[in-house]
Amino acid sequence: METVMSIIIGFFFAIGTYMILSKSLLRIILGTSVIGHAVNLLILTMGGLKTGGPPLLGLKSTSSFTDGLPQALILTAIVINFAVTGLFLVVAYRSYRVLGTDDMDQLRGNEDE
Amino acid sequence: MINLMILLPFFFAVLIPFLHRLFNNKLHIGWFILFMPAAIFTFLLQYIPITQAGDTWTSEMKWLPSFGFNFTAYVDGLSLLFGLLITGVGTLVILYSIFYMSRQREELHNFYVYLMLFMGAMLGVVFSDNVVVLYVFWELTSISSFLLIAYWYQRRKSRDGAQKSMLITIFGGLSMLAGLLLLSVITDTYSIREMITQVDSLQEHILFLPAMILILLGAFTKSAQFPFSLWLPDAMEAPTPISAYLHSATMVKAGIYLVARLTPVFGGDAVWFWTVSLVGIVTLLYGSWNAVRQKDLKALLAYSTISQLGLIMSLLGLGSAAIYFGYGDESKVYAIAIMAAVFHLVNHSTFKGSLFMVVGIIDHETGTRNLQRLGGLMSLMPISFTITMIGSFSMAGLPPFNGFLSKEMFFTGVVNASGMNIFEMETLGMIFPVVAWAASVLTFVYCMILVFKTFAGEHKPEMLSKPAHEPPIGMLIPPALLAMLVVLIFFFPNILAKYILDPAFISILPDYAAQGGLGKEISAWHGFNTELLMTIGVVLFGLILYKLLPKWTKIFNWYPQSMTFNNIYISSVELLETVSDDLTKKYMTGYTRDYLAYIFAFFIFIVGGSLWLFDGFTFDMSNNSPVSIYEAVMVIGMIIAALIALFSQHRLTSIIAVGALGYLVSILFVIFQAPDLALTQLVVETVTVALFLLCFYHLPEFRKEVSKVRFKFTNMLISAGVGLTVTLLALSANGTRLFETISGYFENSYALAGAKNIVNATLVDFRGLDTMIEVAVLCIAGLAVFTLIKVNVTGRGKK
Repeated sequence: METVMSIIIGFFFAIGTYMILSKSLLRIILGTSVIGHAVNLLILTMGGLKTGGPPLLGLKSTSSFTDGLPQALILTAIVINFAVTGLFLVVAYRSYRVLGTDDMDQLRGNEDE
Repeated sequence: MINLMILLPFFFAVLIPFLHRLFNNKLHIGWFILFMPAAIFTFLLQYIPITQAGDTWTSEMKWLPSFGFNFTAYVDGLSLLFGLLITGVGTLVILYSIFYMSRQREELHNFYVYLMLFMGAMLGVVFSDNVVVLYVFWELTSISSFLLIAYWYQRRKSRDGAQKSMLITIFGGLSMLAGLLLLSVITDTYSIREMITQVDSLQEHILFLPAMILILLGAFTKSAQFPFSLWLPDAMEAPTPISAYLHSATMVKAGIYLVARLTPVFGGDAVWFWTVSLVGIVTLLYGSWNAVRQKDLKALLAYSTISQLGLIMSLLGLGSAAIYFGYGDESKVYAIAIMAAVFHLVNHSTFKGSLFMVVGIIDHETGTRNLQRLGGLMSLMPISFTITMIGSFSMAGLPPFNGFLSKEMFFTGVVNASGMNIFEMETLGMIFPVVAWAASVLTFVYCMILVFKTFAGEHKPEMLSKPAHEPPIGMLIPPALLAMLVVLIFFFPNILAKYILDPAFISILPDYAAQGGLGKEISAWHGFNTELLMTIGVVLFGLILYKLLPKWTKIFNWYPQSMTFNNIYISSVELLETVSDDLTKKYMTGYTRDYLAYIFAFFIFIVGGSLWLFDGFTFDMSNNSPVSIYEAVMVIGMIIAALIALFSQHRLTSIIAVGALGYLVSILFVIFQAPDLALTQLVVETVTVALFLLCFYHLPEFRKEVSKVRFKFTNMLISAGVGLTVTLLALSANGTRLFETISGYFENSYALAGAKNIVNATLVDFRGLDTMIEVAVLCIAGLAVFTLIKVNVTGRGKK
């Protein structure tokens, strides 16, 4: 499973990168989202998959637990990712309202600035 | 105590802006500052008995003791000589500047802050025993010199001159640092004193020669030796007190100081001997040759400074041969060159300082320094004329002025050196007396130009912007004092020699310490010997050349202007600017996409490259968990979602596909035993999709991406590269386990934190601060979102 996960993470990274390199702001934001998911999966895979039960001490049934540390890291990452995406979206919305375009080539500004 | 005295100017520099604010309306702030160098001068005088007895004095202030960097002030004859010069001339220069710099028109606080910065740095250079500390002060002098040259920063020439001096001296300073570090690697110490004790084992070392060359580069650039001399004439854009102080009396002598200080280390080596002597003698000739053709008084003095510095440098080179012989009669003959160097150093500061000040007076009182406009000032400015005459005749080497004595010693030095039988001097030795004599003739000529073109001849008041007259008395006192010294030293040279010169001489040639110096009286009359005949020849030829000046100056035009070092410098700086400008324009396109592409390419290069370089690929799939049917379905679903997100031409489809991807990820979290993650991911994903859909309403439809195939191909290549790199990284990371897992600690969460959910305990307890900051990030993002939506900024940015 780890090998499959590694390959699929790389695949997501490739797709996210390609979307980020495009011209449309919305696509760029979606691309960052995809990469965000890929990163979370990457951290999780690094900790090893399915090595035990869920990290809840209350469950008497299991004696060994899955590594809780990567999960804590991912939890933080998800929330931060959410904040970044939200902010990014609003910036895109605002710049479209003010500047009238979402094309990165036109957002470049003027020559000799 | 002495360390604090050296740092005193720095403390004072901090006070100056406040003084300026408080008193500038009533009083010239130079009066406050004047006492400071005078106090340090007086303080330094107390060391004279110590150095005169052949002793030294050290005082250590810890700086970075664990690295061996300490501010060790080391007082011996040489450093004391320089310390007295710096503070003595400094006092006079500040007195002079009080009258030269207008309180109303000039930004005095800047001027004096830079000046104090320089004074402290220069004192630090000459008193530091630690090479690293010495380097720091050395660069500080370059920086303060830069600031002072650019003092009138409104003028383009000032800025260019400052840049030029900065580029050249900082380059030299850096190579000097490398040389000093090499030296400390060889000797395993940062202290110059300790380096000198290891001389015997030093010369065999393989790094000895590189260290020497690098250090000499520093000394030559700082002391404006050929071909690095081209910054000094442009440094004359600085106010005249600065030219008199930094660019003739003190800073340009730092290179001389360094060579003298390290003579015990490098002296006696043939490469050192030849490099220092030859560069010095070439500079001497080059400077005097160019001085003759100058029409601007300050430019003339600048070239004459270059030439005199070359003279001192060549003497130090020739005299270093004395170390080869140790102490003895044979060595004494050559050691006289070192004595001449030290003596001329002092003399040069006195006469050149006074000349610069007088030129400043002429500039100040007539409005010009151009020789073609000046003339006939003798009757209008008699005192200035007298001072100029004393200074110039001393520089030309005439009695009864101190320049005569040191010039005679200089001739003795070169004549003796030409008879040397080491370092292949038998064959090449004659060039030194010949070049020295020719350069002295030229020196004589430009000294005459300086005096007579300015003060004799026809007075042309219509060419001057102000009617010429004597300056206020305070402005005349400093050059007059220096001129008096010029005469006094001629009549009583041995007093100076006993207390100042001999101790400095011993510092350069430690073999002579037991004898307390060269043991030779300086006298004006030695009978009709070679030196005197040479001087008479100089005067005769000089007079002839001066009289015939209009006839032969045309040959200056023969040399093509485009070939001068100055023009080479200018064109190379311009080339550098255009090339870097073009290069920057090539990659700084202004397209965010390009920059992102650079970042991704760099990521591939660094991560992939280091994986490859350190052989990090380890694939170990033996511990893999099996793939269940649920997982396989999820993975396939994710791939489809991602592909739809990528290829869809409609925004709505893309958004929904990415949302679907997020939900699938959260289901994967469930399978991988991470319930908290799954819950959070579900909530966040829902909100995110809602947000997307909200914004989607306001954002335009996707356009068809109309980019070139080449572009698309590059993007695809980069994306594939990133994907591949990450996959390889993930696989390799799975295959290796460098450290033991630490998650066992967190499994004690019930005992440690009273929580049964390990993940939650980790977040709110073990890593509570992290979470708090995370919340802060959320708050900031929320504020930003609110601001962007609610607050309407109009004006800027609206097209």
